[in-house]
Amino acid sequence: MDNNIRIEVKDVNFYYGKKSALQNVSMDIKKNKITAIIGPSGCGKSTLIRLFNRMNELIPNTKMEGTINLDGENIYSSKIDVVEVRRQIGMVFQKPNPFPKSIFENVAYGLRVNGIKDKKYIREKVEKSLKNAAIWEEVKNRLFDNALGLSGGQQQRLCIARALAVEPEVLLMDEPCSALDPTSTRKIEELVLDLKKKYTIVIVTHNMQQAARIADYTAFFMMGDLIEYDITDKIFTKPSKKVTEDYITGRFG
Amino acid sequence: MIKKEKIYKYLFASLAFASLVFLVGITIVLFKEGLPIFKEVGFFEFLGGKYWYPTYEPADFGILPLVLGSFAVTGGALFICVPLGVGSALYINEIASQRQKTILKPLIEILAGVPSIVYGFFGMVVVAPFLQKALGLPVGQTAFTGSLMLGIMATPTVCSISEDALSFVPKSFRYASFATGANRWQTLTKVIIPSAGSGISTAIILGMSRAVGETMTVLMVTGGAAVIPHTLFQPVRTMTATIAAEMGETVLGSSHYHALFAIGLILFFITLVFNIIAELISRRFRIKLGLGR
Ligand SMILES: Nc1ncnc2c1ncn2[C@@H]1O[C@H](COP(=O)(O)OP(=O)(O)O)[C@@H](O)[C@H]1O
Ligand SMILES: [Mg+2]
Repeated sequence: MDNNIRIEVKDVNFYYGKKSALQNVSMDIKKNKITAIIGPSGCGKSTLIRLFNRMNELIPNTKMEGTINLDGENIYSSKIDVVEVRRQIGMVFQKPNPFPKSIFENVAYGLRVNGIKDKKYIREKVEKSLKNAAIWEEVKNRLFDNALGLSGGQQQRLCIARALAVEPEVLLMDEPCSALDPTSTRKIEELVLDLKKKYTIVIVTHNMQQAARIADYTAFFMMGDLIEYDITDKIFTKPSKKVTEDYITGRFG
Repeated sequence: MIKKEKIYKYLFASLAFASLVFLVGITIVLFKEGLPIFKEVGFFEFLGGKYWYPTYEPADFGILPLVLGSFAVTGGALFICVPLGVGSALYINEIASQRQKTILKPLIEILAGVPSIVYGFFGMVVVAPFLQKALGLPVGQTAFTGSLMLGIMATPTVCSISEDALSFVPKSFRYASFATGANRWQTLTKVIIPSAGSGISTAIILGMSRAVGETMTVLMVTGGAAVIPHTLFQPVRTMTATIAAEMGETVLGSSHYHALFAIGLILFFITLVFNIIAELISRRFRIKLGLGR
């Protein structure tokens, strides 16, 4: 097994009821790299990354075929504890979704549900996660205020901190900037670039400039098919397929 | 066209205005007919008096036994309708399949609309005799019987409003919780219930205000003894039951008549306070979940 591969997707099909959302997808996600998933809306980007932390299981009437390995181990095997998978693979959603709790409690949540009781450890971990998510300076004097009082961009970085607190290996981000203004978007992008030193990041984006700016690898999807997957530079300068070129030059989508 | 619109506007405005007029009218009548009793009996003597003998010579107008009767019955009812109502709301929202949901929700709304006399009748002919036998009581009509019936009666209200509160909790909270590695139970107790907490409190308070104001059922099942209750297993008489039972026998304009109105006035304030608290909490709830006012 290639040591640089964190997630291995093999022949994956996915269905919502009878409707197929992904067909025959195979791809390797590289360790400590940023992988962008692009494609027109409805092409299955969210569906794909929700497969990585088994969140699609929360949607009734769905079916998954194929295998997905995390560090060589099939996360869909019956021996695997889904809670453990989700602890190893953090997720940030399209719309910031902090809990209606204090800033501190939002970040501490993942620790608490994982059975950690040591107050000192939790305090340190919360601080560290907020620092890693580049929001510590803005909230350090109001840790016990309700998180819903933060701006959209701050809420999203708080959600990143919440995901980081449980020390995942992979961070999944589903259009994390789509609800944010350009300044906040810029901040999140810088943060993501910084985070790749420690984490493997998969980011869905609707914004092609964003993919070009931050991603090492880019995968282009259309109607549930993986059309092309390569080094970002290659996708944006010399795509090997005509549809990819049409999409990135904005001829549709 | 414009004329037609104006007609509608005035029509609806006058309808809205009419209900306001009725409310104000009721309040004025309550005050006008209730206040005169306080010329005879001091306010605190009225509220704290231990004896309610309105037809004796000289009469005693102390409503403490009635207030305590109401509280005993309502308090007991809470112990029944809160676990049942909130529990069934959690079941419907969290565990029931889509099919069960489509059956259960309307069913509970129908239950909430069953006339109280039906509960009263059932309580009188079935529950009271059963309790008397089962617990070996001298009489079956007790505060506990009232609590039981009111509790069952208020359960659909508590369930229905709690379920609404639970379904208002954004799905995204649930996803966020699962994504950090929480299991179902943790998600429920640490995220969903706290987020719906004030909505559930609103449900409880509204259920309580329904129980306090309920008349027919308690009249039929609590036995009607206007004495200060020492246990839940003795007959009591609530404020509402007193008004309902005695209003027909009293002389218009007598002290007794004014005293009954004063009880109505106090009940009016109690339910008003409950409803205001419920409204304040539910407003805070909507702000908390970012749903606006
Ligand atoms: N919960 C769902 N139930 C049924 N169909 C869904 C659901 N979520 C997504 N789909 C369908 O699956 C396809 C892929 O959706 P999605 O993964 O959300 O695309 P993207 O994120 O690329 O916009 C779409 O056709 C969409 O309608
Ligand atoms: Mg999507």
